[in-house]
Amino acid sequence: MPKKILELQNVSKIYGELRALSDINLTVNAGDWLSIMGPSGSGKTTMINIIGCMDTPSVGKVILDGVDISRENAASLTRIRRDKIGLIFQQFHLISYLTAVENVMVAQYYHSMPDEAEALEALAKVGLAERAGHLPAQLSGGEQQRVCIARALINSPQILLGDEPTGNLDEENEGIVVDIFRRLHEEGVTIIIVTHDPEVGDVAQRKIILEHGKITGDIDQSATFGKI
Amino acid sequence: MGNKRFKMYMKMVSSSLIRRASRLVIAVLAIAIGATILSGLVTIYYDIPEQLGREFRSYGANMIILPEGDSTITRETLNSLREIIGVNRIVGLAPYRYQTVKINEQPYIIAGTDLEQAEKNSPFWYIEGSWGNSQDTSSVMVGHEIAETLGLKLGDTFRVQGVKYGEQAEASRQDLSAKDNQKRDSAWQNFSRILTVKGIVSTGGAEEGFIFADVDMLDELIGDTFRADVVECSIAANAQELSELSEKITRDIPGLMPRAVRRLTQSQDIVLGKLQALVLLVTVVVLIITMISVYTTMMAMVAERRREIALKKALGAENKLVMSELLGEGVLLGFIGGALGVFLGFEFALRVSLNVFGRAINFQAALIPVTIAVFIIITVLASIIPVRKVMDIHPAIVLKGE
Ligand SMILES: Nc1ncnc2c1ncn2[C@@H]1O[C@H](COP(=O)(O)OP(=O)(O)O)[C@@H](O)[C@H]1O
Ligand SMILES: [Mg+2]
Repeated sequence: MPKKILELQNVSKIYGELRALSDINLTVNAGDWLSIMGPSGSGKTTMINIIGCMDTPSVGKVILDGVDISRENAASLTRIRRDKIGLIFQQFHLISYLTAVENVMVAQYYHSMPDEAEALEALAKVGLAERAGHLPAQLSGGEQQRVCIARALINSPQILLGDEPTGNLDEENEGIVVDIFRRLHEEGVTIIIVTHDPEVGDVAQRKIILEHGKITGDIDQSATFGKI
Repeated sequence: MGNKRFKMYMKMVSSSLIRRASRLVIAVLAIAIGATILSGLVTIYYDIPEQLGREFRSYGANMIILPEGDSTITRETLNSLREIIGVNRIVGLAPYRYQTVKINEQPYIIAGTDLEQAEKNSPFWYIEGSWGNSQDTSSVMVGHEIAETLGLKLGDTFRVQGVKYGEQAEASRQDLSAKDNQKRDSAWQNFSRILTVKGIVSTGGAEEGFIFADVDMLDELIGDTFRADVVECSIAANAQELSELSEKITRDIPGLMPRAVRRLTQSQDIVLGKLQALVLLVTVVVLIITMISVYTTMMAMVAERRREIALKKALGAENKLVMSELLGEGVLLGFIGGALGVFLGFEFALRVSLNVFGRAINFQAALIPVTIAVFIIITVLASIIPVRKVMDIHPAIVLKGE
């Protein structure tokens, strides 16, 4: 019996008249690799923010690793996010005045203790051992996103969340990043990736389709998984 | 191992400043200018009493010393006085001896003095011609009033006559011929000498009715040893110090009556107080302006770095950690600006002092840590409100894609 890592129960997010998310139910097991797809404005970012403890639902429960986080305040959400979530963004968001390795160490610093050797090792795992001392401006987009992945993983989070992580990458770099996801999945990391791009969406084990804030498709891709 | 965390903290704070240096030049400059003016003004503030004390000495003697009862003021007394007052505080110290003489059978008063010292005491006297000195002793200065009465011009000569010290005058007698009377005047108990007008003194005061001559020449003329009727001193000191000095003189040299010239010392203290209040006011204004500019800079910095702050919060940073980083940057800015300002400030004070007072200034070493500390405090205070904006930054809203 696989371990439930995340459960959304009747989750809605309401902005005035608008239901950005409407009665979402979703269960994710530890080690799963999910992709969330859907047109623009369908609520993908809203959903990933709620899962990532950056936002709270208007209605419903979110149970992360056995704990209901839907009614926590900002400070404890910060703490939970720090301990359990690794985040990757479309725009990378690296600190411009810190080198690649220092950017990774920032996540360690806020979590517990900066450890340069460990940070360098994480960069080596995404193929950036040689570029550790470079500033973000000296790195290509693909390299920057790999630094972000190293940073997201440095504190061994329970779930890796990405909101359009390949949205700003060319095909080659997209391939590199997907390969990294594949390897992480083999290591047992739970991955949830929001994407526009079918090529990224199709490689996951499971694909959720969102439309107008509702789940309109939940596709098991295990038949093709690992073959694309 | 808090040490590793502290190292990372310092790394983040210093990298932010160093690698964003061009953006911070203005902030550092604002602080440095503030610190320059502040430390400069404070340096001047502490130097003003001395500077101004010297300036005020141009208004004449601020202490008069008279002999008490039968006691006399000798050369030794003058030496003791110099010692008690302190040579470096004495702007001028001139003894005066007054002697009645006759010119054209009319009585006038010669004031015998140390002319070099008297000149230092009296920079406000207007002299037509020039001051007398102790070399050419037969050249004297006459008061404007006397010059008018006797019709004397520069370079003119006149004869002074009189009875030597301690002798009886023999009056001219009606029953004797003019020739006999003239003989009597040149007798041993009388003196007579021709003097040249070197300068004409205008002061608008009693001085215009005196003849000023070298005191040694006068003593020799009247056949007596030195004794002063009064000593006029111009001392670089405030009212408080002068009254302390008076007490000390009274205690240490019996037979002297020192008197501070209150009118002068009081106005000196009033001007001083006003000047220092002005300096204080300007200092406060400068501090406020510096605070405003630091506040604006920090506001702009927080706005400009919203994404970075949001990211840090997304990575799990608590508000107070992010705020402490920004404050740390403020402290460093204050330190750099303050340190820069101290040295520029001394240069500034030195130039002001040289231009206004014509003399150099003492560098107050204690000003270095104090100025730096003040500007660190100022930047921190000015940063509090901007830094608190961190709490309003929501990572989900700021970091949203598209
Ligand atoms: N803070 C907000 N206030 C009001 N409406 C919002 C807010 N955030 C998102 N929305 C709305 O919610 C809907 C879903 O947005 P989002 O989750 O960003 O969509 P997606 O990421 O799928 O493009 C959109 O219509 C958007 O305009
Ligand atoms: Mg989105």
